[in-house]
Amino acid sequence: MSMLSILSAGPAVSVQDLGRPGWLASGLARGGAADRRAILEAAALLDLPAPVAALEMAGTGGRFRLAQPHRIALTGAPMRARLDGTPLAWNASHLIPAGAVLEIGPAEAGVYGYLSFAGGIATPMRLGARATQAPAGLGRPLRAGDGLPLAPNPAPDAPPRSLPPPDRFTGGTLRVIPGPQTALFAPETRARFYATAFRAAQGNRQGLTLTGGLFTLAEARSILSEPVAEGDIQMTGAGVPAILLAECQTIGGYPRIGTVIPADLPRAAQSAPGTVLRFREITLAEAEATCPTEPAELAALRAEARPVAALPGDSAALLGYQLIGGAIRGDEEEEWRAGSI
Amino acid sequence: MSHADQPFAASPDILPLGLDGLLVRFARGFSDQANARALALHQALCTDPPQGYLESAPALASLQLRFDRAQVDRAALKTELHARLAALPETAPRPARLWHIPAAFGDLNGPQLAETAALAGTTPEALIAEFTATELRVLALGFAPGQPYLGTLPPRWDLPRLDALTPQVPRGAITTAIRQVVLFANLSPTGWRWLGRTAFRPFAPEAETPVALAPGDALRFHPISAPELDALLDTGDPLGGARLERRG
Repeated sequence: MSMLSILSAGPAVSVQDLGRPGWLASGLARGGAADRRAILEAAALLDLPAPVAALEMAGTGGRFRLAQPHRIALTGAPMRARLDGTPLAWNASHLIPAGAVLEIGPAEAGVYGYLSFAGGIATPMRLGARATQAPAGLGRPLRAGDGLPLAPNPAPDAPPRSLPPPDRFTGGTLRVIPGPQTALFAPETRARFYATAFRAAQGNRQGLTLTGGLFTLAEARSILSEPVAEGDIQMTGAGVPAILLAECQTIGGYPRIGTVIPADLPRAAQSAPGTVLRFREITLAEAEATCPTEPAELAALRAEARPVAALPGDSAALLGYQLIGGAIRGDEEEEWRAGSI
Repeated sequence: MSHADQPFAASPDILPLGLDGLLVRFARGFSDQANARALALHQALCTDPPQGYLESAPALASLQLRFDRAQVDRAALKTELHARLAALPETAPRPARLWHIPAAFGDLNGPQLAETAALAGTTPEALIAEFTATELRVLALGFAPGQPYLGTLPPRWDLPRLDALTPQVPRGAITTAIRQVVLFANLSPTGWRWLGRTAFRPFAPEAETPVALAPGDALRFHPISAPELDALLDTGDPLGGARLERRG
């Protein structure tokens, strides 16, 4: 068993996986990573058949050291990453030598960055998962001096891989399907909602509050509390919209206009304050066609993740610089190969 | 047109709740019958899970169901649910489990007891006597992990929530409004009326059974003194002296 040392940590660095489904009847939300796609991307980069528990870093990361060499992946909100001072590419996997200091700085865009390990973080399972759910008393944010066990690094010689940079860190349009209370909203209210450009305000793992308009309901006070789902857009208090995220409560009494589809929830969670967001209503059938199941999503990402060490004459650091600048294109790779023959 | 675009129909209505979920709504307002139907459907689904079923959760007058999109589609599941609903009993079976939970009322453990009694038109003593004589049921767990909504109290307990939130009630606080009871899982602000306190912890993540209560369980509070409550709190026992009676 290898060990990860936390030398320093930002205010919200925690262990996350895909959460603990199956506890809704007990009032416990699934939880898990705020950006689930980033966990799948990491598994693809590390060539793993199934996702593993990783460090979720909100806003900024920290400084980390490994007792044994281990493959890592950097996914989610792009953050400044350095290994003993040398830049590391984001959306890529790397082999980290024992004793080196990995420093992950503030996010350049988005909110949640992820540091994953090929073996996976091997803290004890609690209620079927390793995900931290601090408000429920399941784990706590990490701090300097903490150590985390890692399961053995599978395939230590596997080449580093990279994925094209995702575009989900600068807002955009979130697709919405109808929910159980959509019909309570007047057609004009819904039309105004879908015509509004919102800005992300306060966000955390429970939800993201938006500014840009108020959307009230005459009968809001008489609504009986009902089960809520991740992605629901509820009108809180005076009609302020909020998108419910991974650690939302399981039952709520605020009216909900619809549900952001799973494919777009990472984009919602990754919206830093001020990010512009719009909504577009789609049908359930369209959503079905748009959203792969997570195993299918992982399979597609694994096919997309490209080994980067197969190129002649590379070095991790060189590739790091090039990938950060987005300088490598497919045709350049072809040219490089052609030139080396 | 999706179901959500239609006006609310007579119960039960089956509506989308997320891409992998459904809401079965028995009523738009609370009733013991709607709650019993939600619980009965939950128990039927747990006993004999349909194809693609992942989990269900009964709420006050509705039920949430999550399914595996790779195994079943929404339309097929709705057909199956309609068949299950047609076979549901109209009344809930007598709860097989009855919890006895010690609780202290009034003073520091329930500062709003006197005003709540006045509002209900009786004395604090009579209110607590009625409260502890009532066999309550777990209507739903939610809002916070393990936190029960209990009901239903006699008609005089149909009291509105407070206009101004109480800044905080402790874990284990017994609160009431609208003929229901919430037993708080954590320190929390609330608009519910604070009557008493238990040493019972609705969510104890380190315990072998982190959530002791299940939807449909019966529950009775038994009055104890403030020093007796303090002694129970000091033991650190997550059950807080609660006793489970199985009635078969």
